[in-house]
Amino acid sequence: MVSDITLGQYLPGSSFIHRMDARAKILLLITYIVFIFLCSNAISLLLVALFTLFIVLFTRISFMKYLKSMRVILFVVLLTGIINLFYGSGEPLVEWWIFKVTAAGIYNAVYVIVRIALLMMISAALTFTTSPSDLTDAMERLMKPLAIIHLPVHEIAMMMTIALRFIPVLLEETDKIMNAQKARGADLDSGNLINRVRALLPVLIPLFISSFRRAGDLAMAMECRCYNGGNNRTRMKVLHFSSVDLIAAIVSLLVFSSVIVSNIMFKNPFV
Amino acid sequence: MDDFIDVKNVYYSYDPEDEKETEYALCGVDLKIGIGEFVAIVGHNGSGKSTLAKHFNSIYLPTSGDITVEGMNTKDDDKLFDIRKKVGLVLQNPDNQIVAGIVEEDVAFGCENLGVPPDEIRKRVDDSLAAVGMIEYARHSPDKLSGGQKQRVAIAGIIAMQPSCIVLDEPTAMLDPKGRDEVMSTIRKLNSEMNITIILITHYMEEAVLADRVVVMDSGKILTEGSPREVFSQVELLKQHRLDVPQATELIYKLRGCGFELPKCVLNEEECVEALSKLIK
Repeated sequence: MVSDITLGQYLPGSSFIHRMDARAKILLLITYIVFIFLCSNAISLLLVALFTLFIVLFTRISFMKYLKSMRVILFVVLLTGIINLFYGSGEPLVEWWIFKVTAAGIYNAVYVIVRIALLMMISAALTFTTSPSDLTDAMERLMKPLAIIHLPVHEIAMMMTIALRFIPVLLEETDKIMNAQKARGADLDSGNLINRVRALLPVLIPLFISSFRRAGDLAMAMECRCYNGGNNRTRMKVLHFSSVDLIAAIVSLLVFSSVIVSNIMFKNPFV
Repeated sequence: MDDFIDVKNVYYSYDPEDEKETEYALCGVDLKIGIGEFVAIVGHNGSGKSTLAKHFNSIYLPTSGDITVEGMNTKDDDKLFDIRKKVGLVLQNPDNQIVAGIVEEDVAFGCENLGVPPDEIRKRVDDSLAAVGMIEYARHSPDKLSGGQKQRVAIAGIIAMQPSCIVLDEPTAMLDPKGRDEVMSTIRKLNSEMNITIILITHYMEEAVLADRVVVMDSGKILTEGSPREVFSQVELLKQHRLDVPQATELIYKLRGCGFELPKCVLNEEECVEALSKLIK
């Protein structure tokens, strides 16, 4: 049951997006996030939406996978949409008790839902096409300048690698402990919220203890393999920018500049 | 045979501060290990065999006494990485010693730490995975592998650092019989084909029989050592110290006790069958 969760799932492949350098993907994702919030009218939003679909198609991963990854946050998306619905100013279209739905409210709600959905989709495209270690390696390299202000960049990247590695291990362990406690008569899934939280305690304590033991073992295994922090470390896979990244950057640049153009040319009627 | 590791009168206490009644996990161990040797260290729980294993690459340092690896003292801080490069350690739980989320990247971890150039790492990773028979799983995630496969990946991670010696601390204790066979045949192959010195810590006597030399430990001391045949012919001594002997050895020992004419020491099933069929004829 707990092992159903797929976090940062990587789906190996050789598509255009897979072949991009992880650093390029992260940088373009950040620019994308900025631009999706800069879209101030329907045309620019449509432009970004088409661009996103285009990327999703180019990853050659079935659309169902993307929908599944969005299912988790469906509730949050709908909730923010509904809240936005009632927060528009102007003439109310429908009025009931203290709730007023205005045209601007509907407009905002649709905007917010589309934006979050697009963000989820593009982030899924990143994690689907990039192996966890490439991702952490890229982050380490991109954050390198921050080492000047004594940010432990290598250590953060190593922590992420280990965390990603041990998520499935700990999930499996949780399952085992839950079964062991159930076999001793623990009632984990009935009663009210407080009782349920209390019932989780005998699961969490063994999980904590075994995590500390694992951490000790892992530290020893890393020492055995001469781990000495980030100093003088080399990597088997060297990240390098290629023509693929250049093409991606040019395409994105074109899309983002047309967003700016459309923002200037078509004014949003509700702002 | 040249001495590769030399253990001289080593005492070790987990809690040396407590002066009143210091309990030693190792009390005066002397041991020499030659290049290319396959040594099994056996003993029951708490005999100090795992503690000793962690001394060979200076994870633990002796409370008193010295250990040298190719003349380098394990207490010498400057030589720490040289020693760990020479002597690799494989632990009991395969899950807890795999660092990266993809097999080949985990195998590369040690080489990356040593600052080996990328092309060279690639070659070493492929060679090590081939040596343990895991090359087809190079791009897999370790979670999907069986215990025996994970343990072989852990061994590959050590081989990639090209050590002269591998210490394995009960590598098969958490594995099923199939995984145990996989790991044991990998270890024997490394010893015979790549001439890597093997120190195998185990409590399975059937595994110890495969070694060139068996060292038996009990309460922090070396009880006896010698070839498997020499050691397992001392059935009474081992029994006194609550240690097992291989099943075949035990059977023949008991039959001899009943007055049957049988060879003094039998190590494995084949020898046992041969001895028994001779007797029946």
